[in-house]
This record gives sequence, C-alpha cells and structure tokens, in this order.
Amino acid sequence: MEKFVALQALVAPLDRSNVDTDAIIPKQFLKSIKRSGFGPNAFDEWRYLDHGEPGIDNSKRPLNPDFVLNQPRYQGANILLTRKNFGCGSSREHAPWALEDYGFRVIIAPSFADIFFNNCFKNGILPIVLSEAKVEQLFKEVEAGEGYQLSVDLEAQVISTPGGEVINFEVDAFRKHCLLNGLDDIGLTLQHVDEIRAYEERRKAEAPWLF
Amino acid sequence: MKKMNLCNDVWVTTLQASENVKPWSTWKMTGKTLYDKLWDAHVVRSEEDGTALLYIDRHLVHEVTSPQAFEGLRLAGRKPWRKESVIATPDHNVPTTGQSAGIAGIADPIARLQVETLEANVRELGMTYFPMNDVRQGIVHVVGPEEGATLPGMTVVCGDSHTSTHGAFGALAHGIGTSEVEHVLATQTLVQKKMKNMRVTVQGHVGPGVTAKDIVLAIIGKIGTAGGNGHALEFAGEAIMDLSVEGRMTVCNMAIEAGARAGMVAVDEKTIAYFKGKPFAPRGELWEQAVAAWKELHTDADAVFDKEVVLDAACIVPQVTWGTSPEMVVGIDCTVPNPEEESDPVKAEGMRRALKYMDLDAGMAISDIPIDKVFIGSCTNSRIEDLRAAAEVAQKALNKGCKVAPTVKQALVVPGSGLVKQQAEEEGLDKLFIEAGFEWREPGCSMCLAMNADRLEPGERCASTSNRNFEGRQGNGGRTHLVSPAMAAMAAFTGHFYDVRKLEELK
Repeated sequence: MEKFVALQALVAPLDRSNVDTDAIIPKQFLKSIKRSGFGPNAFDEWRYLDHGEPGIDNSKRPLNPDFVLNQPRYQGANILLTRKNFGCGSSREHAPWALEDYGFRVIIAPSFADIFFNNCFKNGILPIVLSEAKVEQLFKEVEAGEGYQLSVDLEAQVISTPGGEVINFEVDAFRKHCLLNGLDDIGLTLQHVDEIRAYEERRKAEAPWLF
Repeated sequence: MKKMNLCNDVWVTTLQASENVKPWSTWKMTGKTLYDKLWDAHVVRSEEDGTALLYIDRHLVHEVTSPQAFEGLRLAGRKPWRKESVIATPDHNVPTTGQSAGIAGIADPIARLQVETLEANVRELGMTYFPMNDVRQGIVHVVGPEEGATLPGMTVVCGDSHTSTHGAFGALAHGIGTSEVEHVLATQTLVQKKMKNMRVTVQGHVGPGVTAKDIVLAIIGKIGTAGGNGHALEFAGEAIMDLSVEGRMTVCNMAIEAGARAGMVAVDEKTIAYFKGKPFAPRGELWEQAVAAWKELHTDADAVFDKEVVLDAACIVPQVTWGTSPEMVVGIDCTVPNPEEESDPVKAEGMRRALKYMDLDAGMAISDIPIDKVFIGSCTNSRIEDLRAAAEVAQKALNKGCKVAPTVKQALVVPGSGLVKQQAEEEGLDKLFIEAGFEWREPGCSMCLAMNADRLEPGERCASTSNRNFEGRQGNGGRTHLVSPAMAAMAAFTGHFYDVRKLEELK
C-alpha cells in the first residue's frame, strides 16, 4: 500500500449525500479479476453521457458537462469534499480502488459508511470526518474561489485552509500508523501467530463444534 | 427521550445513551448485549487503543470480491490459515437460464473468466465449493444457513455487504472488502474496533399482509440509511420474535441499508429448531453442547445500549420505496413525498434528484405508479417462505381469473439456491408461477444487481424484492421500487402497486 503522510492539493466538491458504491463504480466493472485500472470508470454513470462497459476506450466517450468532476476547474483534484454517508451500499473494494486510481487520496465528509471507510485505509486513502457545519463551510469556500486547495497533515491530524484556518481531525492510532508507513496489516497480524493458535486451542475446548 | 409521529404513522421513540440516568463508566458491571457476548468470545488480542484481532469462524466466498485476494495471497507466498472455514459458490455472475451448461454457458467472457478463476482458486486450495449445477449452489447468503454452514454464535464474514443476513440467528456477521478477504484467508482474523451497541425494538404484532420486508423497510424509513453507522444493530421486540428464522434473515439482510454492517437477533427455540439436522450442523453430543451455548446468545436484561429506537408494529403497513435510497420509503396508502416540504436543504435536493431519476411527481398516489417488470428473488427475499408468500398471492389471483398484467413485460421468480428451487418444485410452486405468467428461473443474484443478463433497460420500472434502489442498480437507467414478495406478486397482476391486504377486493 502506498503510504500517506501529507498532501496539499486541489479540492473537488461532490454535493450529494448518500453517494453509494454502485454510483462510485457500477457493477459491470466488478467483473475484472484485477485491482487496478478502475479510475476511468469512477462515477461512470454520472461522468459519461453514454453507457460504459469494460474494455471500451473511455477517452473516446462523451463526457457529461454537468457532472462536477468534469468541470475544468476541478481537473487534477486529489481531495474530494462530499456529504454524509459517503460510500454506502455494497462492500466492493473496487470503490476505493476506483477513487484512488482517479487520483483521490483524501475524502472529507460528515460521515462515511462503515465498510467503505475501512476499505479506504487499506488502499492509502485518508477518509476524514468533519462536522456538518465545517463541511458546509468548506463547500462554500471551494465553490467561491477557483483553485481552492487544502493542506492535509496526517501526522499532526490537521487540515489547513488557504485562509489560515487550522482544522483538527480524528483518526484511529492503528490506522494512522499503518497509513503513515504504508504497512500491509497481514504482515503485522502474522506477528501474533502464537496468540491466534492459542485462541484456537482454547476455543476448540470450549466450542468444539466450530472446528 | 423524544417521541414523534412521522408521516408513515409509525410511532418512534429514540433514546440516546447520553440521556441515560447513569454515565457509561458506572454501567461496567451491568449485563452484556448479544453483540458484546459475540465480540468477547472472538477477541484474540487487543491493543491499547481498542483495536482488536477478531477470530473468524466462517468465511463465505464468491467470485466477484475474491480473485484479487487469492492473487494477493499467492504473490506473498502465503497459505490459507484454515481452508475448512471457507465455503465458496458462484452467485453474482451466474445466468438464471441454461445452468446445466455450467461455466461454459456463461455468455459474457469477462464474467466467465471470473467464475473460472473462483473455481480454479478454491479447487487448488481444497476448499468446500458448490459449483454451478450442484443443487447446493446459490446465493451465498441463502446457501450458508441452508447448509448449517453458518451457525449461531459464529463470526461470519464475506466480501459482500449482505453478510449481515447471518446475524438473524445470533451470529456476528458482516461484509468485508477484498483486502480483508485476503487478511482472513491468511490469518483467520480481522483487525477490528468494537462498534457501538444499538437496538431497534418493534413492539406488538404486525397485521395480516405485513411481512419481514415491510418491517425492515419501515425501520430504514425511520432511522435513515446512516442511522446505524458505527453500530452493531440488534433487532428485538415481539414483532421480530414472531418472525420465522427466514423472516429474521430478511430483516438482518437489510441492516446494512440502515448503515449497520452487522444486524442480529437473539437465539430462541425457533433458531435451534431451524438448524437441527442441517448438513454442517453439529450432531449427537456436540449438538447438545452447542444448543446449551446458543441459549446464552441473547442480550441480558440489564444491558445498556448506546442508542435505542422503538417502533410500534401495529402501525406498519406494506411498504414501497419511491426514490433512489432505501430510506425513501412510504406505506402503500401514502403519496410520493414533496421535497418542498422538507426543511433540510441537502435532503430536499436529494429528493428532487430522486424524483427526477424515478420520473415521479410529488403528491402522486403510490398505488398509481405503473410498473414494467417484477423481480422476486435476491438474498433478501428468495427463500422458500418468500416464494410461498408470492405463490399464495398468485394462487388467489389465478382463482379470480387474473394473470400477470399485459403491461408487465417480464415477471421473474429466481429462487435463492438449487435446494430452494427443488423444494418449490416439490410443492408445485413453479407450475403455479408459470401458469400465472411468471418466468421460473435458476438460482443466483440475478436482477438484484444485474451483473448477469437479467436487468432493466433504461427507463424501465421494477417492483423488486431486492435490497437496493440506487440509481442504475438493476440496470443502467432502471428504476427500482423495493417491496415484499407478496407486494411484488400483487403488482405483477395489477400492473401497478396495489395493497396486498385488499386482494379479496380485486376484480
């Protein structure tokens, strides 16, 4: 996993609540047995005017000019600002794969769906929860000025705005550690092989029908 | 504590932990919730910040979310920790006709490769596998309980958000991403932080024609699609315990649509009777030992929840979703809500967008909405009791000389597994459905998410027993209305939504 330490980047606003993982990456792209290459199909049904299928050349497809991420001012954005319950629905990790491949490394919202939130940390994406009022303020700032950038520092757990405001955010210590160091958590878990085996022995005695 | 009467006439009471008499710290010696018990029994180790390694008893695997995990395992040179814990079956991509041709019968080469990849992976590693053509194949969440492969007290995971289904019998079950699928394959554990406890109590009894699906849709309508975020959700109360184990599966299946990864119901005598004699269930002395342990799988009387919601069952009527999120739901006797009456501007904008996508006008009677297709199936509603409920409506309609309405282009019945299909055919349900004008298909996820050929065309409107009405979910541009199996069958005959409780009045 690519590590995440700090980022200063352009912000794109997606002003919708309950953005579901079917919208982030539609089902026809889930047939792939790879974990890369989903970026061109992120938000496929909103982003293009035609119907997308795996294997077609996305660069030749007609873009939907009304979709916010297609606006010239948000090209190259690495931070996504959105509304509550982002990533609801299916557990498909293809959703963070698609967002990461598109270029997003930070997603800011008032809340996230639990499974999606968890999947982000496995893929070098930092999901940040801020209050609805703070998110509303950031939406106003982003829309007010072209080229609006935020600076995100994971080590210090702060976001800095162009106006000099410093916003603190919470992140679990373990997830932060893994993200800062780009750690594969399977490797970390396998440091506790003896404890897993001891648990299994104890459990076999207590509940033998489970084995 | 607040009590309010909302549009759908369901009394809702919410109690936040902060409003409790005592602070949390003084409750430490009180009883445990069902979730607390399941969690405690599976913790291998804990970190100071509360992050724990949780042991996983059962791992369900299907073709869509597993190939990258198997590849990751292979690239890292790792072996599965406990291959016996895995049960695998293809479900998302399988066609619902011509399954006797096996994998070769999957027309889409990309989908075919995915199913071939699953088969190659699990065969190479010697995992239990129900391939196409095996009568035990089907939707993974139908197959698990049917085989007794998922049992009370287990931790159950699958790379699929509807894994919450298995909580219906006192298991801790939730969906995981592909990285976590790999983690469980490699270590038999998950890195987890404990969720908060939430309970939804449905007091009293539902009236005739009101099903498990209506109960859970009413719950989602009340608490919203983010209502359970960060919580393990226990469903309780008379109306929940009145349900069969299959009905409880329907409720827990949609816990994720209320934002909760895990939903659960306490074990009772019905739960125990359900599992007796299932192929993977324990037998003899082990059965007795298991049953004794399972009887402890309930929330203690003095346990405290972080969040509580209470609904009155008697106020729940058959539900129909009108929008593009499961929380956009009303009773069959209601009208399409008006965004201009919504005070939250973000929510109002979401409603306007949904109405536009769904091509509906505020104020329109739900019963006036015409439909193009009907889908009876999915991990929410494809078990034998669901098919019987739809068949009962079909039989009554046939007795009145009705058939599937000519305006309905297609009405699919897709059993959840080969065994459900077999059982239904033994009961003659297939012939009844066919006589009434439905198509009787072979098992799989089918039109719930339209990864196979079963889908809506742009603009088509469907009465569906599935779980998600998101934009494009059942096919690009398709419009989904979530309903119970009885309501879906009813809509097939009338060509629009119709209150199943008024079936006798149908001319």
